[in-house]
Amino acid sequence: MASKRYALVGKDCVSCGCCLKVCPIGAINIWKGVVAVVDSQRCVGCGRCAKECPAGVIELMERRAEV
Amino acid sequence: MKTQKHWYDFLWIVTPIYLGLGVFRILFAWIGMLFFCLPLLISIFGGGKLYCNRYCDRGQFFSLLGGKLGLSRNKPTPRWMRSKVFRYGFLIFFFVMFFQMLWVTWLVGSGARDLREFVTLLWTFRVPWDWAYQGSVTPWVAQYAFGFYSIMLTSTVIGLVVMLLFKPRSWCVFCPMGTMTQLICRVKAGTPPCQSSCSGDPSSCAQCKGGAPHA
Repeated sequence: MASKRYALVGKDCVSCGCCLKVCPIGAINIWKGVVAVVDSQRCVGCGRCAKECPAGVIELMERRAEV
Repeated sequence: MKTQKHWYDFLWIVTPIYLGLGVFRILFAWIGMLFFCLPLLISIFGGGKLYCNRYCDRGQFFSLLGGKLGLSRNKPTPRWMRSKVFRYGFLIFFFVMFFQMLWVTWLVGSGARDLREFVTLLWTFRVPWDWAYQGSVTPWVAQYAFGFYSIMLTSTVIGLVVMLLFKPRSWCVFCPMGTMTQLICRVKAGTPPCQSSCSGDPSSCAQCKGGAPHA
C-alpha cells in the first residue's frame, strides 16, 4: 500500500545531495546536477530528506486519493 | 539504516589534513587547487554535481561535525541565506576577492610589492603566518599559497559557523563552487523536470506548458 505522503522538491534546490544520503530507499536522484527529483511512487514519506535539506526546499505532500 | 561505506565516504579527513598542513608549510595550500578544478571539470564533462554529492570533503566534514557529533543546532537555514540574491551575490563577491588575490600575486611576481607572510581571515583580519614559509620558492608562488590558504580557511570558518547555527551543511546552500557547478549543469541540461503534483497535463500546469518533462 502506498504511503499517505510523499516528498516534493522545490525549484530552488541547490542539488547538494544531502537528501540522497538519508533516503532509506534510494528514491531520490539528482537530475543532471540541477535539481533533486523524488520518485513519488517509491517515496515512503518518511520526511528524512526534508529534515536534512539545508536549503529547506523539500515539502511533504499528501497523496491524492486514486480515482 | 546501515549502508555500505565506500572509500569516498572518508574524504572528510582531507579537510583537517589540508588545513593542518597549511599551518606548517604554506606551500601545501597549492593542493587546494584540486578542490577548485575538480568540481568544475566534473560538471563540465557531464558528471553533474557528483563532486558535491559524493566527493566534497568539506561537506562531509560539516556533516560529521554537525550530524554525527551533534554540534549543529539543526535549525532551518535563514530564508535570506537561501535566496538567489544571496547565493549569486556571494558568488560574485567570492570571485572579486579571488581576482584581488590574483592581482596581489601578480604584483609580488612583478616585484611591485613584497611578499606578505600572513593569512587574511574573513577578508579582513591579518593573521601572522610567517613560520609556515621558509623562503624556498619564487615569491609569487608563496604569495599565491598565502592567498589561497586565506580563502580556504575563511570559507571553512564561515561553513563551521553556519553549521553550528543552522543545519550541518548550510554552507552548501551558498557555496560558490556549488553555485558555479549548478550553473554549468543548468546551462547544459535545459529545463528541469516538473515535480509539482499536477497530472502532467500542459494545459493545467505552467511548468509543464513551458516544456518541462514530468518527473
